[in-house]
Amino acid sequence: MDAVNIENLGKEYGSLKALSEVSMTIAEGAFFALLGPNGAGKSTLINILAGLTRATSGKAAVLGYDVRRQWRKSRYKLGVVPQELAYDPFFTVREMLTLQSGYFGLGAENRPWLDELIAALGLEDKVDSTMNHLSGGMKRRVLIAQALVHRPPVVILDEPTAGVDVALRRQLWDFIRGLNREGHTIILTTHYLEEAESMCEKIAILDRGRVIALAPKDELLNRYSWRQLRLQLTPESAVVFPSALEQKKEAAPEGELLLRLHREQDHIGEVLAALDQAGVRFSDLRIHEPGLTEVYTELTEAENHV
Amino acid sequence: MFNLYGLYILFAREVWRFLKVSIQTILTPVITVLLYLLIFSSIISASREMLPGVNYLTFLIPGLMVMAMLQNAFANSSSSLFQARMNGNVVFILLSPISDFEFYLAFVGASVVRGVLVGFGVWLAACFFALVPIRHPFYALILAFFCCGSLGALGLVSAIIADKWDHISAFQNFVIVPFSFLSGVFFSISDLPLFWQQASFYNPFFYFVDGFRYTCLGVSEVSVFTSLSVGAGFFVLSSSWALWLLHKGYNLRS
Repeated sequence: MDAVNIENLGKEYGSLKALSEVSMTIAEGAFFALLGPNGAGKSTLINILAGLTRATSGKAAVLGYDVRRQWRKSRYKLGVVPQELAYDPFFTVREMLTLQSGYFGLGAENRPWLDELIAALGLEDKVDSTMNHLSGGMKRRVLIAQALVHRPPVVILDEPTAGVDVALRRQLWDFIRGLNREGHTIILTTHYLEEAESMCEKIAILDRGRVIALAPKDELLNRYSWRQLRLQLTPESAVVFPSALEQKKEAAPEGELLLRLHREQDHIGEVLAALDQAGVRFSDLRIHEPGLTEVYTELTEAENHV
Repeated sequence: MFNLYGLYILFAREVWRFLKVSIQTILTPVITVLLYLLIFSSIISASREMLPGVNYLTFLIPGLMVMAMLQNAFANSSSSLFQARMNGNVVFILLSPISDFEFYLAFVGASVVRGVLVGFGVWLAACFFALVPIRHPFYALILAFFCCGSLGALGLVSAIIADKWDHISAFQNFVIVPFSFLSGVFFSISDLPLFWQQASFYNPFFYFVDGFRYTCLGVSEVSVFTSLSVGAGFFVLSSSWALWLLHKGYNLRS
């Protein structure tokens, strides 16, 4: 059973195509990142899964339950942490959580779980405050607790760390990783690519409503075929390079040499030998392997130059 | 499948919300009506006979009760839903397993509770001026239900359609208030020129006021069954409108 199954999903707002022919499956228990520039359609996709937006074409299901035809069951399976810090100004944190759990049909029997959530998210001191008295980071935690009141097996977090300081961000990631270990499927969007790279196993990149990449992280990283070789030159080094290497040169500070090398075609040993022969001497060497940032930039920019 | 507990909690939330601000939602409307009573009963001779055997003060009170119910039932659902839309917290209801119909029942149910509470508050306060009997409590409850239910549904409609607070207050001030003032709360429609007399029969609020007056005093201008039928019809119409908008997801589910 897939946690999420999306087939040919499309959404149009008048003439604007927010999503076109988006298909993907997310396995149960996955830690999945949904990336893309602003306006790529990430939030539209999330809103369709949550039933807040209705797709124009195609279908989507959460744990096998169609989000339109079996909306009630699909909503029990899904918890969503929205991007905006929206809250109910009339109620305290505990009241909000109790009400939200009630909307899911859960009464007093769910109270121990709410207490557990409150403790896990460090909200004990704030349960009797209304949201307008809380800091941005605290509000974010309340929203996370609110999305989890009904113990949803699939959890979507739409930019959970936007505007959150470093310490809290680390806490939140620890908490989310813990959820994943307990078996929750985690789907998140973020603009911090290092975070997605360090935590997620599978990544989808959306751009202008289309899926431009959908692969396990390692595969995606391997797909990027360039790496950088940076040499710290010694004063006695030659400054004229073999012409074959000249075209691989990239702009570098004085006293350094920066080469952009192809993973497969450029053999590091051969490149170093050629440099040695030309009289290039260096005191230090570093190889920069590409990260998600490079892959992401290449993919999204390639799209934009079409 | 019906999410009965979810419906109950959403209804409880709506009632709890207006109780948390009960000075504004219960006390203020009761005081406002008391002021009307004070002013109108001192201008117009209280002993003037409006309907057979009914003096002005006694005539006025049931109408004021209905007017307070209408306006507060409308205010409750419209301001609650619109504020939730503007704050964005309406999404927490929309992404929970609560159907359009359950959503409608919870909001309209709370509007009925607030309307009836305010209506009762007006009755209590009016006891200082004149003791108005309620001769037909069963009909009174049914009419109060149709009246508050219709206006609760219209409150939902306006909260869904509106794009800014301005639109809500326009609906309130250009539709609800004029129709309730012109429904024969303060006068008997037989005192009106023929044209306005005829026009009153197209005002659904007139039937709520006249019918409710019957349930209290036992006298009215049209038959109480006409009032009950028009009230039921108006309730069905406004509810259908609200339910249709909810079903479409208009302005709620893009």
